[in-house]
Amino acid sequence: MKRSRKLIALCVVLAMVVMLFAACGSGNSGSKSGGDTFKIGGIGPTTGAAAIYGNAAKNGAQIAVDEINAAGGINGVQIEYQFEDDVHDPEKSVSAYNTLRDWGMQMMVGTVTTAPCVAVATQANADRLFMITPSASSTDVINAGDTCYQVCFTDPNQGKVSADYIKEHNLAQNVAVIYDSSDIYSSGLQQSFEAEAAAIGLNVVSSTAFTSDTNTDFSTQLQKAKDSNADLVFLPFYYTEASKVLQQANSMGYAPKFFGCDGLDGILGVEGFDTALAEGAMLLTPFAADAQDAATQSFVKQYQDKFGELPNQFAADAYDAVYILKAAIEKAGITPDMTPQDICEKIIETMATLSVDGLTGSGMTWDANGAVAKEPKAVAIQNGAYVAM
Amino acid sequence: MSFVSYLIAGIGLGSIYAIMALGYTMVYGIAKMLNFAHGDVIMIGSYVIFLAVGKANLNPYLSILLAMVFCTVLGVTIERIAYRPLRKAATLAVLITAIGMSYFLQNIALLLFGADTKSFPDVFGLPAIRFADGRLTIPGITILTIITCIVIIIGLELFINRTKQGQAMLAVSEDRGAATLMGVNVNSTIALTFAIGSALAAIAGVLFCARYQALNPYTGAIPGIKAFTAAVFGGIGSIPGAFIGGLLLGIIESLSSAYISSELANAIVFGVLVLVLLIRPTGILGKQIQEKV
Repeated sequence: MKRSRKLIALCVVLAMVVMLFAACGSGNSGSKSGGDTFKIGGIGPTTGAAAIYGNAAKNGAQIAVDEINAAGGINGVQIEYQFEDDVHDPEKSVSAYNTLRDWGMQMMVGTVTTAPCVAVATQANADRLFMITPSASSTDVINAGDTCYQVCFTDPNQGKVSADYIKEHNLAQNVAVIYDSSDIYSSGLQQSFEAEAAAIGLNVVSSTAFTSDTNTDFSTQLQKAKDSNADLVFLPFYYTEASKVLQQANSMGYAPKFFGCDGLDGILGVEGFDTALAEGAMLLTPFAADAQDAATQSFVKQYQDKFGELPNQFAADAYDAVYILKAAIEKAGITPDMTPQDICEKIIETMATLSVDGLTGSGMTWDANGAVAKEPKAVAIQNGAYVAM
Repeated sequence: MSFVSYLIAGIGLGSIYAIMALGYTMVYGIAKMLNFAHGDVIMIGSYVIFLAVGKANLNPYLSILLAMVFCTVLGVTIERIAYRPLRKAATLAVLITAIGMSYFLQNIALLLFGADTKSFPDVFGLPAIRFADGRLTIPGITILTIITCIVIIIGLELFINRTKQGQAMLAVSEDRGAATLMGVNVNSTIALTFAIGSALAAIAGVLFCARYQALNPYTGAIPGIKAFTAAVFGGIGSIPGAFIGGLLLGIIESLSSAYISSELANAIVFGVLVLVLLIRPTGILGKQIQEKV
């Protein structure tokens, strides 16, 4: 008995040592003395259930930073960019934020997902640090304070625009909604979608919820949609659950149209997922990699050369976020020796009058709350790829 | 017609809970401990099949066998390293060890496979059966699950009642001290229980994942708690009890999420459990054992 206890102790010590080294490996290379560069931090899930978003945003922003630095920086000042993982977890996100503050972050591109972003935005508002989130779309994110701005649509806007799009293009007579009631992104979209559907006369025949504890079995929700003769199912949640919904709908022989929001983006990248199941599914997104304009094509080519895959909208949103910061810095005349607090106040002043052309929309403007105004686009999945409609 | 499909979905889910619950109930009946790591053994078994079928392109049935062997070894190892040293310790210490083992397995899986959900391969590829012009569709996996569950229950009952090892298990579960005096090797009997429970975990894992086609390091956690509930429901320590408890749990969950609220389904399941325990404190088929002072 003594021996085995020693064995366990040895194992624990070994595990600790391994973790220690693992932590060292991912550590940063240390910060330079501040004042001669702009330090932009980024936070998002690069591992975990929403990893596709975090990695896309990280890479998209990296391309923008590299482009700007190669072209001589912002007003001749180079950008330093560091990205931290938050595993789509609010607590980890706040500690990632603190890590970046210690590194000397002056502005932030992030965070990528909604729930962590609310936590970080509250903290950033207290610290007076300017942040622009590529993709956290809840109104709670911008309501957490006045220092947080969005590149993507707010949820109410997305839900409303989705309902309008389905009605305008006559995609369905009867619509079923399945949503995650334990997630603010999903329930926000559901509320605004159903409110708009009622206003424009789109027939919502079934609305069923699941929670993060019951996100494996969708058979009752799908059965209800099927029984109520829904010919379109609206899926306002993330792609991990959506991939299960598509598989289970298929196994029960139910084949309606599926319509999602930006959270559905990434479904083609789920390991082992049969992309044929997503054939014909549509999603609302501000970016399509097959768009023909020069800016998109140059971005897509660079992204493919560097990271070996097609960029999704999160990459484009983050790319735009960096350029929005650049435009704001130039317009406000910000210099790298200013404190994050001064930078923050100056950028907020500037944002009200700023208009930026980006990959995800031209003439993007912001209201005082931090919400963006731009045109939505829809893409459909055809032959295993996103195609602009 | 939709009632029938909800019912069948519930029975299918319940059969998986029943197979998982067998692992809890056997270990509790014989070793008198709650093996909270059971759900995570299920998850590890699923990863073995995911790798064998998805990466190594092995025959699906061969990979299930491989996963069973792997889980058996894992279960026996866990018992040997973590639980046997604590056999004479307080029950709380054993419980905490089991919870620790559960986290240990989850974190090992996190480290090895990452947290992202893998789409589990459709290892069986069974066709769905359709009735009434496709208004009632029964997925093939549901039928397979129900049949597997019944075969396992009958097999276990035969094993326990007809073989020497099975009788030894019964003896240990009734009175460990007396069994030792009668020449039963308690340690190897408990190890055998863990081996059987873990092999069943591999089967439950493949059925669960083939049904929901998604796998991540926390896949085993919630179904594990549900299966434990099913075991308590039916009367912990009783094999037919695990079967009945599992089925009832699955059916209640499916019907309440269909007709009452999909968000409240879990609360209703546990509400019914509380009721059952108030009326029959030992569960539906649980035995009332008199403590001698």
